[in-house]
Amino acid sequence: MTTASVDDKGTGTNTGQDGRTMRNARAERPRARRYRHAPPIIAAAGMLLLWHLIVVGFGVPSYIAPSPVQVIGVFAEQGEILWINFWPTLFEAVAGFVLGNSVAVVLAVWFVHNQFAERAFYPIAVFINTIPIIAIAPILVLILGNGYAPKIVIAALICFFPTLVNMVRGLKAVSPQMLELMRVLSASDREILWKIRLQSSLPFLFAALKIASTTCVIGAIVGEWIGSNYGLGSLIIEATYNFRAPLLYATVILGAGLAVAFFVTTTLVERRIVKWKPEAVF
Amino acid sequence: MTAEAAAAAGAETAVAAAISVRELSVRFDADTGSITALERVGFEVPEGGFVTMLGPSGCGKSTLLRAIADLVPISGGAIHVFGRTPEQARRARDFAFVFQDATLLPWRSAIDNVRLPLEVGQRSGAIELNAEPEALLALVGLEGRENALPHELSGGMRQRVSIARALVYRPRVLLMDEPFGALDEITRDKLNEELLRIWRETGTTIMFVTHSVPEAAFLGQKCLVLSAQPGRVREFVDIGFAEPRTLGMRDTLEFVEVTAYLRRLLEEPR
Ligand SMILES: Nc1ncnc2c1ncn2[C@@H]1O[C@H](COP(=O)(O)OP(=O)(O)OP(=O)(O)O)[C@@H](O)[C@H]1O
Ligand SMILES: [Mg+2]
Repeated sequence: MTTASVDDKGTGTNTGQDGRTMRNARAERPRARRYRHAPPIIAAAGMLLLWHLIVVGFGVPSYIAPSPVQVIGVFAEQGEILWINFWPTLFEAVAGFVLGNSVAVVLAVWFVHNQFAERAFYPIAVFINTIPIIAIAPILVLILGNGYAPKIVIAALICFFPTLVNMVRGLKAVSPQMLELMRVLSASDREILWKIRLQSSLPFLFAALKIASTTCVIGAIVGEWIGSNYGLGSLIIEATYNFRAPLLYATVILGAGLAVAFFVTTTLVERRIVKWKPEAVF
Repeated sequence: MTAEAAAAAGAETAVAAAISVRELSVRFDADTGSITALERVGFEVPEGGFVTMLGPSGCGKSTLLRAIADLVPISGGAIHVFGRTPEQARRARDFAFVFQDATLLPWRSAIDNVRLPLEVGQRSGAIELNAEPEALLALVGLEGRENALPHELSGGMRQRVSIARALVYRPRVLLMDEPFGALDEITRDKLNEELLRIWRETGTTIMFVTHSVPEAAFLGQKCLVLSAQPGRVREFVDIGFAEPRTLGMRDTLEFVEVTAYLRRLLEEPR
């Protein structure tokens, strides 16, 4: 799973490639299955060990870099403060994910049916995407106040653009011949959208959703950096200023775990929904 | 001649003809200049007839079929399908089109692909069901594979699904553009026989484009031979073998003579 996730982020917009790698991996299962997870687990364990040996061996003070053992200790002893701050971040990330992707999908459908809208608003979407999210965050906090709203909007913004681009591509990735067939059948635009375009865009959509599933967590955390007193993002700031490095590391690991959980969920949903081979055109 | 006059004249003569094409011209205007794909093409196909179409590559066979199906605008002349314009005929679901590749929806099973025509285009009125989708899949020899996804079927099977899909709403005209072009010879022979059987059983009017001279001679009651640049009717050849035609017939002297004649038409410059 870990290797696949790196692969998917790297080639995010290239659906066909992703689908193929995953499927081949599954086809080879019977033999490779048992040891499939062994290499990444061994590598991770080795790096943790190395980290521990360096910290202990060089006598690095724990407020600069804690050892893995100390970080694990935080989960055991200060679990409560971690979890209290975990739930708001989870909520913001999920809400931002839903909001950003919904808006992107609706806009993509509009763009595909209305050339004027596409020509007018696509450049604006590109422009908004070029503004660094860290720069937008304070602006949104000024406008939307200090509650959940700015964090959700930041998480949504960060999801929005990849989904818009991929969804527009996906909705247009219908073979001209299929469209001619629908014309011979006198199908309406709405029927073509529901029966053909939305379905054939699914692999493209999921490629984007997999990117969004990890970036929405980043969005929520960045939102919490600015004048917030709850959430994993604010905990990161607080732990840093107070030199509580073990807590900082534990928080970061929890945030990463959240992103991985989102990613795995999205991948599982995709496998349930997209059972056909997207790379072949029949 | 005005459009109305042409339509009126067409309606008179079209009573007996399933497809009537008169003085048809199709031009494509591209940036690089305009191409005349078809020029003054005229012919008639009687109801229940089977006409094959031969011609050098690029002579406008696909364009002719697509003009009849209202997929390409015409530049001159007139087309009538059962006395109606192509657009009216399309809205009335008078014809079905079979492409060179099956054009199936990859996420739909074979049976659901066959059902597609029944689910769309409803606003043009109730769609008459020809036969149950299951029965049609059996007709094309695919019983037991109803739930297979397209990628689980062979090329020939996929093409058979697309033929079943074309037949599901009882089209009066079946337009086929090199439907078996990508298949091996044995599969092609089998599907040729099946197509003839379906044609006899349903009485559908068929226009069939091919590059294979034997296929054109075997399937067609008549063969429309086109010449290239611009596409014109070279000759509308009567083939007229006795029914029912069988694959064995292709070894008879009579058949060889017909194919030799068609080949000469294709090779000889005018
Ligand atoms: N959409 C189009 N735009 C411009 N030119 C076109 C278009 N469609 C066809 N043509 C031109 O019209 C001519 C006839 O094309 P058509 O596809 O009908 O040939 P064909 O007889 O079906 O050839 P083939 O046997 O290779 O399929 C060609 O010169 C082609 O370049
Ligand atoms: Mg062609």
